[in-house]
Amino acid sequence: MNGAQDLGGAHGFGPVEAEPDEPVFHAEWERRVFGLAMAMGFTGTWTLDGSRAVREALPPVEYLSSSYYEIWLKALEIQVAENGLCHPEEMRSGVSEAAPSPVKRVLAADQVAPLFDGGFPSDRPPAGPARFGVGDRIVARNIHPAGHTRLPRYVRGRPGIIERVHGAFVFPDAAADGKAAPPQWLYTAAFTAEDLWGESADPGGRVTIAAFESYLEPRA
Amino acid sequence: MAAADHDHDHEDHDHGHGHGSELSPIEARVRALESLLVEKGYVEPAALDALIERYEHQVGPHNGARVVARAWVDPAYRARLLADATPAIAELGIGGRGGEHMVVVENTPDTHNLVVCTLCSCYPWPVLGLPPVWYKAPPYRARAVIDPRGVLAEFGVTLPDTTRITVWDSTAETRFMVLPMRPDGTETLDEAGLAALVTRDSMIGTGLPLSPEAAR
Repeated sequence: MNGAQDLGGAHGFGPVEAEPDEPVFHAEWERRVFGLAMAMGFTGTWTLDGSRAVREALPPVEYLSSSYYEIWLKALEIQVAENGLCHPEEMRSGVSEAAPSPVKRVLAADQVAPLFDGGFPSDRPPAGPARFGVGDRIVARNIHPAGHTRLPRYVRGRPGIIERVHGAFVFPDAAADGKAAPPQWLYTAAFTAEDLWGESADPGGRVTIAAFESYLEPRA
Repeated sequence: MAAADHDHDHEDHDHGHGHGSELSPIEARVRALESLLVEKGYVEPAALDALIERYEHQVGPHNGARVVARAWVDPAYRARLLADATPAIAELGIGGRGGEHMVVVENTPDTHNLVVCTLCSCYPWPVLGLPPVWYKAPPYRARAVIDPRGVLAEFGVTLPDTTRITVWDSTAETRFMVLPMRPDGTETLDEAGLAALVTRDSMIGTGLPLSPEAAR
């Protein structure tokens, strides 16, 4: 979606302000939101892409005026309600009024280390051969999906080169809605800064994205 | 209500307003959600604590620093790391969530690499831990791709004009870490001594490794 999350190239946000000796969390509630989002993600009620989709679907003014973990919290509340796990009134009171809905699994403390050490790979057996190879000339398609996508606006319609073929992966645009879709080949697509930014470009610079196959088309 | 009864008297920055008895609106909101999710049986409180402990205290840039130091002293390891980073990093016992598909990119005198996630906050957790606020905030996400040299200047990094910049936008589950250049004057340092020079920012590309003098 052409939402507030798609920030590449935007002006007006001011300088980067790094905090010296920054702590991992700035408040206890941030710790809890982080843990809750991880643990609820593990229930299998929604996908990681689904969580990203809900966060970036917050109204732009709200997205940009919320801190990072506020965005996580708001999205988690929405997901919990939309999936029927809790009623909004219960979330206000913190008291359960209805029986829980079944979830696929609940994360146990002794599962955290083995599961998170192993990770949750998103590569999958390819559904067919890769359309592009290293060195191929491509253009990022000029598409504007209203739903979740990982194709940033600043590359759409721009010419680039395939620099690496990563394998086939879960396609986020479909996974965000819980839709079954074939895995897609994923590439590193490289663009010259000049092609992206014209005369504002950093001389000789390049920008790469990780691009799913359906984001790209060949060019002569 | 077990979760609400936890003792969390840590050094929170936002607790200056009260004596622990008054909750801010967002604290109350999170407390209510946690209590509810625990009461419904969706979340096990001990699992929450384990997740928080893991990402606050165990996983962090010290992991990435070990990878960099190994690559600096072992050319064969460096070659494996650049060719296929995930198994090379796993050789050091490092890996997992947020780093399932790692790519390591090498700085040279000709090319400097800078990692960003313009769309959100994708970041290589197993090697760097959770990202700092600035990495997730609009100024960096907006400007890293269009004005990388300006962003670097704000971090105090000035590159020669002859050094070109490649920006890696983390738009999928592939996660990027920068292999910085080994500083001069480090010939006598062992791997642990080298790792102490490797800062988090040098592995994002917004910084350079410390000099041996600066690390003392």
